[in-house]
Amino acid sequence: MRGIDYVVKRTVFALMTVLVAITLNFVIFRAAPGDATSSLAKCRNCTPEFREALREELGLDKPKLEQYWIYLKDLAHGDLGDSFVTRQPVWQELKQPILNTLPMVGLGYLISIVLGVLVGVVAAWRRGTFLDWGGVSTALFFYSMPQQWLGLMLLILLGGVLPASGVSDPFIDFLDPSWWEVVIDRLEHMILPAATLGLVLYGQYALIVRSSMIEALGEDYIMTARAKGLSSWGIVRKHALRTSLLPIATLVALTFGYIIGGDILVEAVFSYPGIGLATYEAVFDRDYPMLQGAFLLLTLSVILANLVADLLYFKLDPRVTG
Amino acid sequence: MTGTAPVLADEQDLEAPPPRRGSFVWSVIKGQPQATIGALVLLAFVLVALFAPVIAPYDPREKVGDVFEAPSSEHWLGLDDGGFDMLSLMIYGARVSLIVGFAAALVAMLIGGTVGLLSGYFGGKTDTVLMRMTDYFIVIPDIPLMLVVAAIWGRSLTNIILIIGVIYWTTTARVIRSQVLSVRERVYVQRTRALGAGHWRILSRHVLPQVAPLLVAITVLSVAVAIFAETAIAFLGLGDPTLISWGKLIENAFSRSAISVDAWWAIVPPGLAVVAVVLACTMLGRSLEDALNPRLRVGHLSVRRFRVREVEGKSL
Repeated sequence: MRGIDYVVKRTVFALMTVLVAITLNFVIFRAAPGDATSSLAKCRNCTPEFREALREELGLDKPKLEQYWIYLKDLAHGDLGDSFVTRQPVWQELKQPILNTLPMVGLGYLISIVLGVLVGVVAAWRRGTFLDWGGVSTALFFYSMPQQWLGLMLLILLGGVLPASGVSDPFIDFLDPSWWEVVIDRLEHMILPAATLGLVLYGQYALIVRSSMIEALGEDYIMTARAKGLSSWGIVRKHALRTSLLPIATLVALTFGYIIGGDILVEAVFSYPGIGLATYEAVFDRDYPMLQGAFLLLTLSVILANLVADLLYFKLDPRVTG
Repeated sequence: MTGTAPVLADEQDLEAPPPRRGSFVWSVIKGQPQATIGALVLLAFVLVALFAPVIAPYDPREKVGDVFEAPSSEHWLGLDDGGFDMLSLMIYGARVSLIVGFAAALVAMLIGGTVGLLSGYFGGKTDTVLMRMTDYFIVIPDIPLMLVVAAIWGRSLTNIILIIGVIYWTTTARVIRSQVLSVRERVYVQRTRALGAGHWRILSRHVLPQVAPLLVAITVLSVAVAIFAETAIAFLGLGDPTLISWGKLIENAFSRSAISVDAWWAIVPPGLAVVAVVLACTMLGRSLEDALNPRLRVGHLSVRRFRVREVEGKSL
């Protein structure tokens, strides 16, 4: 049967990538000169004995291969280790940042996808007109901006109107808010970072939708539809859009992988306490277990999203035979 | 290939001298206004960077006025948080940003080009291993990885160039590989092999020249990516602290709270400069790639035509 083979092949492929990712995650962090103790034991009164004890406690004195084995064993039990800094399980430390990030980045991607499809469809439909040229140029213009810079521009323009940092108003609890006020407050804090992401990213969707739309509009059945006397917008909506949304479906599946990763730059500009900011802080603290955990999570979600995109493409496009 | 018979060149065609490859690239640039605009903008920025000491009105490390002084006829772009002239900072910043952009793109070109060539040419196990490696580099979160490596290796200019190059070679590798896959099967390559040419000779004399123009196009595109990456590294405080770059200027303005004093002149220009260079690279690179990449269904390689004959048992 068509399919089983393909699904198995893609899944095995994804699993292999996961294995490589896990191994390389270990290597990257342990290959670094100067282990975690060199930054943890930075205090003036820290004796070499204290440092040695710390190394022992963190398991850094064992041979590398043994460390790797322990790492794999813990991972198999779902244990990502303890943060060097807070001494809490990494998973627990990552949970809140992820919960903060998901809605913000999700909203950002939603903005970019809606805007991208809209601009792409209109540009293809009105190909060669000023609308096409303007839409594509604007999209490329935003696409060429450094994210952090666009974020700062939005801060200059709208910083007085919308909250500029954080995930919620620190004083809101004193006002005894209803759940609705809490939601509105969160949304207000989300708008600027999400808008930054949306504006920077929508260009790529717009370009892809435009070119696949143009391709679809050149097909014979579109000519037939036109010959039948269907309206131009009707052709776009009923015939061309359906086929040209195929690459978008997979692209959307792919971007889900990046949502978990958050966005370091945007979260840094708006001091948004998400996973990006957590990763950023972990880099400076040399908090290897945190970094390893965050890396693993991000890599896994991207691999999973890739797998879903592959399978989705297979399901939607009968021409794909693996 | 199914359905289409190979084109047979007639005698007359064969006698005419084949067009030179260089002239083809030139015809693309001439034919596409986008490419020309992009190239001119890039050239302008390169010239500004080269002649920075001549053009810059002030020494960028010399305090010439008040902190965050607004733009005036003496200081067209105002002054930054240290009382330095923004215009001079921008002009000198072009040097580091462009050096990082071009050098990192070169590193990416070397790694990606080599991986793509080997992977496509040898196929089999080599291909599997190299492509698995590429897949890993694609899924790994790029900015966090840059941060980690920059934090570990230290923040010198060379390190930053290497880091960016080592992270962004995957696109190059993939495009070159798919191109090599098709070049490898061309008849003249197979004939060369039949004549006893070694791998090195085939790769350097026949495969590389065919993929070189495409390699250049992708490298121009990666210059844009590298400049982006530089601003990101600088913004997150891991750039070389002694150098002036556009990314560093954005970071400076942000961390020294230019926003709260409404000093837009300290933030807007470096970002616009990045946008201009990135757009220029995108326009130039895209139009070159459009013309060269067979996957975009433009057969530039048919510029030269060869007399082809069915080889027994081998479909063309």
